[in-house]
Amino acid sequence: MVGIRSYGAYIPLYRLDRSEIVKAWQSPFPVPGEKAVANYDEDSLTMALAAAWDCATGIDRQEIDGLFFASTTSPYKEKQASTIIAGAMALRRDILAADFGGSVRAGTIALRAAIDAVKAGSAKNVLVTAADLRLAPANGLNEMFFGDGAGAVLISNDAVAAEFVGGHTISEDFMDTWRSDRDTFVRSYEERFVREGGYTRVVPEAATAAMNKCDLKPQDIARFACFTDDPRHVNAAARILKFDPAQVQASMFMITGLTGTAMPLMLLVAALEETKEGDRILVGGYGDGCDALIFKLKGQLENVRDRLGIKHHLASKRMLPNYQKYVLWRGLMYMEPQSRPARPTISLSALWRDREWGLPLYGSKCKKCGTPQYPMQRVCMVCQAVDQYEPYCFADKKGKLTSFSHDNLAITEDPPITTAVVDFEGGGRITCNLTDREPEETKTGMDVDMTFRWMHYVEGVHSYWWKCRPVRFSNQR
Amino acid sequence: MESIRDKVAIIGMGCTKFGERWDASADDMIIEAALEAYEDAGIDQKDIQAGWVGTMWGGDTGRVLAEPLKLQFIPVTRVENMCATGSDALRNATYAVAAGVYDIVLALGFEKLKDSGWRGLGDTPHPSASRGIIGSQGFSGPSAFALLATAYFAKYGLSPQEGKRMIGMISVKSHHNGALNPKAHLRREVTIEQVMNAPIVAWPLGLFDCCGVTDGASAAIIVRAEDAKKFRPDPVYIKALQISIGHSQGFTRSDFDYLSVYESVHASKAAYAEAGIKNPRDEISMAQVHDCFSITEAVIMEDLEFSPRGRVKEDIDSGFFELTGGLPCQTDGGLKCFGHPIGASGLRMAYEVYKQLQGKAGERQIKNPKLGLTHNLGGFPAAASVSCCIYGL
Repeated sequence: MVGIRSYGAYIPLYRLDRSEIVKAWQSPFPVPGEKAVANYDEDSLTMALAAAWDCATGIDRQEIDGLFFASTTSPYKEKQASTIIAGAMALRRDILAADFGGSVRAGTIALRAAIDAVKAGSAKNVLVTAADLRLAPANGLNEMFFGDGAGAVLISNDAVAAEFVGGHTISEDFMDTWRSDRDTFVRSYEERFVREGGYTRVVPEAATAAMNKCDLKPQDIARFACFTDDPRHVNAAARILKFDPAQVQASMFMITGLTGTAMPLMLLVAALEETKEGDRILVGGYGDGCDALIFKLKGQLENVRDRLGIKHHLASKRMLPNYQKYVLWRGLMYMEPQSRPARPTISLSALWRDREWGLPLYGSKCKKCGTPQYPMQRVCMVCQAVDQYEPYCFADKKGKLTSFSHDNLAITEDPPITTAVVDFEGGGRITCNLTDREPEETKTGMDVDMTFRWMHYVEGVHSYWWKCRPVRFSNQR
Repeated sequence: MESIRDKVAIIGMGCTKFGERWDASADDMIIEAALEAYEDAGIDQKDIQAGWVGTMWGGDTGRVLAEPLKLQFIPVTRVENMCATGSDALRNATYAVAAGVYDIVLALGFEKLKDSGWRGLGDTPHPSASRGIIGSQGFSGPSAFALLATAYFAKYGLSPQEGKRMIGMISVKSHHNGALNPKAHLRREVTIEQVMNAPIVAWPLGLFDCCGVTDGASAAIIVRAEDAKKFRPDPVYIKALQISIGHSQGFTRSDFDYLSVYESVHASKAAYAEAGIKNPRDEISMAQVHDCFSITEAVIMEDLEFSPRGRVKEDIDSGFFELTGGLPCQTDGGLKCFGHPIGASGLRMAYEVYKQLQGKAGERQIKNPKLGLTHNLGGFPAAASVSCCIYGL
């Protein structure tokens, strides 16, 4: 049996009330609700990692033999993001890490590829993680609609929590929403063509074919969890498919916005959280065709219910104060440069040497005196024992703030940047930045955990490392 | 192990006007400081047998000193120990004289910071810095030292306002002294209200908690102690010269509490032992310490055993460190107001002690000083290079 063994999700802490966008542009189309907004130090890669991390909770990462990353907004055009994610999660090297892109259907394409790989026996556990952070032109509907987030599932032939029943895929060239190699912002064609000519034609066709293949009827489907770039379109497709509104997994349009490539996986996770053993979920991915994939829930699902998933992430949020903050975080305006020296170029050879240490946030633990230390120390900081250490992971440890400073001088996209001295449960100290924080609420003794973030961009290189943040979830990590 | 105590003496010193020297190059300032030192010592440049030059960003090799002065093929060594560079240039020069290798040497420190076009100090580029706080993340000097303030306030139960007032009074004192010093960069008195209401540079430190970013150069001429009186009646003798280098323990070890800079403790204890000082609070007449930030000065006073742990506030409030107090500090305005041209600062501190011991400190002259101390800190509280020197007549 092949199916979903585990699931996870990530939604950024911050949300923008759409009324702020309406106010900024005096928009005649007041769209209600909120959209999730990645912090300035988050991107598709970091969000995908966070969702994958959630998904891998309690699972031996040495068992994972595939890491598929799907996004239309990878930080690199040429260079895999999946290998960075795999490195940060300290996965094995003899795995298949792959990037999927090309359209917002990449999430379900990666899901299908993972299912096929496990079915074919070339892998036992493939972690699929999808994220998007799509930019839309200012003062348009897509700017209102798009939100940021990530979803992940572990496809396996072991401990299956939701069995893959069957599916159908249509691939066809259809240009309704796209972004060329010269574009920063997503483009869309005339709305009625997008809906009538594309979405409501292809999605019902694929979903019906999938149900027919599995000998199922619309009433056999508990949840229809389908991507959409417009909340009205998915409802129109559901009507054609004769699904009751109660069968349609809510698009999260009002609370996160529409999350592109991540959306089918995020909806799948939300559906898994709300359904029970025996229920069937039809996942739909759309873009240059459609994937319709049907899963049936098993009793094993109860074993992975402790994921943060969609539910806990939705409950944890902060509102952005205004639209300007969104513009700043997305780098949409040329800001007054800080009067500081330019950042030095990033040494790729030094980063490579650090691949098993800093990237997954491993330090060393002295075998003689037992002190955890970061960065890895060949000579123990405490007892000076030489080369007597074992790797020690700090990424999954909680800590407390011993001291901090809100630095208005150091170069950053969003001053002040908060310097934090973190002392970890179990020992060890790391000095790093504190993110997702309110400066006035930062206190010594505050509980923090670690989060993988984008650091900066110099000469074509994005650098990533770990930051601490006020503990976001008390029940996990 | 032998001691440097009373083996060498300073017979001449020079120090440029510190400040934003838009009209002067590094070479101009090197010449300005060296000529003052030669004149003060009553020597000619031809008498100099070797040189030590301290600079962090001022260029490579001893050439940076030889070129402006046209030193004629004598040995010159460039020294770097971040903000403690000037003191280390002096230390190295002194040891060569004590060893008997040279009779007369020049130690000179300088920095031309204001040609950068940016605020604050530059970053130290670490081409190999991959991930970590230094080199790869935003991390300014003020932020590094603000960590002392946050931890100190938390440990001793000071509210941000109480803490900022405590360290603010340090800046008020230094501005008072700087206003009396014609060579100081910042020469204006400030009120505690101005200090506390100034824009935040790195919370909780505001603008007036931070020292000046300054151009300047300073120089010393060093001879063996037995030769010193041939040059002048009032040479200043070296009583102790110590330096302590940390191993980045504060970035890695949880027992580093950000209430103390270990290197200051190590360097000062060694200096007191070298100079035979039992009770520094009573025996030291004056001190020029590394007040790069107001909180740094507060913590140094405890590290140097001038104030008991956690009780520097009492000495600040009582005016103990003011010109008329029991242990005047930063009599020249300190880094805060005299300014902080990195490579020059250690020798600038020595210059003030030298002038005070000779009774030539003008309006800010303190009464009858016997022993003067300089404390020069490079790097970060978590990973410092600290020099502690003691001088006497």
